[in-house]
Amino acid sequence: MDAEITLRVDGQRRTLSVDTRTTLLDALRERMGVTSPKKGCDHGQCGACTVLLDGRRATSCLTFAVANDDSEVVTAEGLAEDERPHPVQQAFLDNDGFQCGYCTPGQICSAVGMLDEVKAGWPSHVTEDLDEPPELDDEEIRERMSGNLCRCGAYANIVSAIREAAE
Amino acid sequence: MTDVSNSGKLGEPLERLDGPAKVTGTARYAFEQPVDDPLYLHPLQADIARGRVVRIDTSPAEALSGVHTVLTHENAESLSSRVDVELAVLQSPEIGYRGQVIGAVVADTQEIAAHAAGLVEVTYERHPHDTVFRSDDEIVYTPDGSNPMIGEDLDRGDVDEALAAAEYAVDATYTTPAEYNNPMEPHATIAVWESAELTLYDSNQGSYTVRDMIAPTLGMDPQRVHVFAPHVGGGFGSKGVPHAHVMLAALAARKLEGRPVKCALSRRQMFSLVGYRPPTRQRVRLGADSAGRLTATEHSALEQTARVKEYAEQSASAARNMYVSANRRITNELAVLDVPVPTWMRAPGEAGGMYALETAMDEMALTCGVDPVEFRVRNEPERAPESGLPFSSRNLVSCLRQGAEMFGWNDRDPEPGVRRENGWLSGTGVAAATFPSFSIPGSKATIGYEPGGYYRVEIGAVDLGTGSRTALSQIAAEALEVPVEAVRLHLGSTEQPRASIAGGSSGTASWGSTIVQAAREFRAEHGAEPAEGAETTAEAAANPAAGEYAMNAYGAQFAEVAVNADSGEIRVPRMLGVFAAGRIVNARTARSQFLGGMTMGLSMALHEHGVLDGRFGHVVNHDLAGYHVAGNADVGSVEVSWLDEHDPHVNPMGIKGIGEIGIVGVAAAIGNAARHATGIRVRELPLTPEKFLI
Ligand code: FES
Ligand code: FES
Repeated sequence: MDAEITLRVDGQRRTLSVDTRTTLLDALRERMGVTSPKKGCDHGQCGACTVLLDGRRATSCLTFAVANDDSEVVTAEGLAEDERPHPVQQAFLDNDGFQCGYCTPGQICSAVGMLDEVKAGWPSHVTEDLDEPPELDDEEIRERMSGNLCRCGAYANIVSAIREAAE
Repeated sequence: MTDVSNSGKLGEPLERLDGPAKVTGTARYAFEQPVDDPLYLHPLQADIARGRVVRIDTSPAEALSGVHTVLTHENAESLSSRVDVELAVLQSPEIGYRGQVIGAVVADTQEIAAHAAGLVEVTYERHPHDTVFRSDDEIVYTPDGSNPMIGEDLDRGDVDEALAAAEYAVDATYTTPAEYNNPMEPHATIAVWESAELTLYDSNQGSYTVRDMIAPTLGMDPQRVHVFAPHVGGGFGSKGVPHAHVMLAALAARKLEGRPVKCALSRRQMFSLVGYRPPTRQRVRLGADSAGRLTATEHSALEQTARVKEYAEQSASAARNMYVSANRRITNELAVLDVPVPTWMRAPGEAGGMYALETAMDEMALTCGVDPVEFRVRNEPERAPESGLPFSSRNLVSCLRQGAEMFGWNDRDPEPGVRRENGWLSGTGVAAATFPSFSIPGSKATIGYEPGGYYRVEIGAVDLGTGSRTALSQIAAEALEVPVEAVRLHLGSTEQPRASIAGGSSGTASWGSTIVQAAREFRAEHGAEPAEGAETTAEAAANPAAGEYAMNAYGAQFAEVAVNADSGEIRVPRMLGVFAAGRIVNARTARSQFLGGMTMGLSMALHEHGVLDGRFGHVVNHDLAGYHVAGNADVGSVEVSWLDEHDPHVNPMGIKGIGEIGIVGVAAAIGNAARHATGIRVRELPLTPEKFLI
C-alpha cells in the first residue's frame, strides 16, 4: 500500500508517495536521495541514522515514513549553513571526532539534539542532582551519546568535540 | 635513494581532506552512489547448519508484483571458477554452515524483496552438524601454514627439559571467543552490467582485490570489471576479500541486464557472511631462571576454522620473536567445524595471541617477583629470536619506560586487592604490543602535471577511514617538494593504477613508497618545472633491506581498572598507549588510529562475545543489541603517545603501519589490571562481571 506524504527535509518541502512499510530512513536515502543519515543496523541499535525530527533527535530507521507526514527533518547536511559547518561539525573537524565517517552524521545530529536536551534541563542516567540544571561534564556527554556507536572508536575525540562545542 | 624523512610536511596534523564531506554526510559510500532505476537484492540464507536443499519453491515469491527474479542453485548460471567457495554461490544444493547463501530475491524495492524472501519455501535434508569449538582429536588438525604466510611450527632447543629445570614456571590456558568485525557501514555493493562490462560500487579494502577475485569466478577479462570504493565505512579485515553478496549482485545484474542491482547486507546477515575472528584456546608455558630471564617459551594455539574453507589464524606467531628464550616451541592447530568462514579481524593473530602471551608474562613476572615492566625489559632480545636477523628498529623498552613514567607506574604497589574506595577495587596493568611492518610490492602510481599548476597523483588504493587519502597526499607533497595544496590525489577504484590491499597495516607504507618512487621518476624525467601534461607512472622498487632485518612496530599498553566488589562490574577509567612505529605521517589521523585500536581493544577485553548455539549452529546474539561493542560510556580517558622513531630500513619514508597495533595488548593490560585490582586472574575473554565474583 502506498500513501502520499509531505516532509520538509533540510528546509525543502518534498511530497512523495511511499510504501507504508518504508522507514523514514529508507524514504530519505532510497526515495529522496538524501544519504546523509546512514544505515548501520536498521534496528535502532547504532544511531547512525539519527536525524532531528521536529527538532528532536530520532533514529530514522525506527519510524515509518508514513507516520511522519508533515514533519520537519534536519540531517547533518542541513545543519551546515551556506557551506559553513555547524559549530558541532566544526568541533568534530577540529578534534578529529571520526575516522571512516559512517557514524558521523548520526553522531552530529545526536549531539545537536542532546545539547538542546541539556539546555532544556533534561536529566540523564548519571545526573546526580535532579533539582538543578544538569552540568555537561564528560561523564554526562558519554552517557547521553551512548546511543551512537562508533566502531572506529573515536569516542574520546567525540567527547572533546562536544565539550568544545558546548562552551 | 633520496631520504625524504627529514623535512617538515610528514608528521603535520593536517586535517582530513574528506573531513567536511564526512561531517555533513555528503561523502557517498558504496550503496549511496547514484544509479538509475535500481533493483534491490535480498539474500536468502540456510536455516540449517549442514545438509542440502531438496526443494526450494520460489513461486509464491515470484508471484508478488515487483519481484523480478529469485536466484537459486536451480537457475543460477554455472560459474567459471569454484576455487573460492564463498564466491562460488548457488552452484549446488549443499549447505556447509547455517546462514550460507541459498538464493536471492531481486525486486523493485527493498520492502518487496524482503517480503518476497519470506515467501520462499525451502525443504532441507538435514545432516548431523558439529559447531562446538573444542580440542577433540576428531576435529583438530595442523595446517600447512598460517595467515599471512607463516610457515610450519617451530621447535628450538628442548622446551620440556628447560621447563623441568626452570626456577620458575607458568603453565596456563587462555581462551578468546568469536569476535565480529562489525564495521559501522554494512557490506554493500551496487552491480551494474552494461555491454559485457561489470561495474561494482562496493565497500571494500581493495578494489583490485575485488576485481582479481570476481573476474575469474565470472569467467571475465579483469579489464572488464570496474570497481569503485570512493568512501568506505570501516572494514577491519572483513572487507579484505569480497564475500558472497558481491557475487549475488553481479549474477543478478548479469541476468537482469540494464537495471543496476543494489545489495546491502543487514547487520544480522553480516554475522554469517563476512567473517569473524575465530575463537581460540591457547596454552602458554614459560620457564624462567632465578634472575627472571626466560629459558623456555611454549605457545600452543588452537583456532576454529570452517569445513567449507580453511582460515588459519596465527595466534602463536608473536611468541616466535617477542622475548629471549633459548628453548622455544610454537604450534598452531585448527578445529574444523560446520561454521561460517572466519577471516581477518584487526590484528589477526596478534590481537588474540598477545592477549595470551602478555597475560602469561604478567603471571610470570608475579611468579618471579619482578615488576611487570622490568620483567619485559629483562627479556628483551638483541636480535629477532627466530631468524637471528637484527631489528630494523625495536624500541619496546623505551615505550615501556616512557609509558611507566607518563602513567605513574613507578610508584605502584604490586599488592593485589588492596585499593578499595566506595565499593570499587582498583588496579593497574601493563602489556606489550607488536605488529609486523609489512610492505606489499607491486603497486603503481601515476603523477601528472595539470593545467592550473597542480599535480595529479593516482593510485588505486582505498581509504577505509584510516586517513590514507590525507596521509598519501602529504607523502606526495613531500616527495614532489610542493605544498600539499598543489597535490590532487585520486584513489579508491580500478580506474587508477593497481594498488595492493588495505590490510596488514601495509597500506601507507606500500602505497607511500610507490608514490615516492613515482615522484622521483617524475622529477628525473620532467624536472622541477614540468610542462603541462607531463606524466610518469612508476612502481616501487623492492626494498633492498627486506630479508636483512626483522621489521616490526612495538608499543606498551597501560590500563587502570575499577572492579565493583559486589557486582563484579568492570570499568576502565584510564588507558595509555605508547608506540614506536617509525615516522608518523600525520599526527592527527595517526592519533585517531591508535585511539581507535585501543578502544576496540577495550571492547574486546570487556564486551565482545559471539555466542554460538551448538544445537542450531547460529550466533544467538547476531546484532548490535546482543553483540555489544564498546559505546561512548564504556570508554574513559584514552591517552596516546609515540616515540620519535627513525627507522632507516623499513621504507624510504621510515614509516611503519599503525592500523592494527593499537588493539594489540589492550585486553592483556586490562586483564592484568583487573588481577591487580581484585587478586582474581581471569583467563577467558571477555572479562564479564560474573568472572570476578568468586
Ligand atoms: S540504522 Fe537506525 S539505529 Fe542503526
Ligand atoms: S567514524 Fe567510523 S564508525 Fe565512527
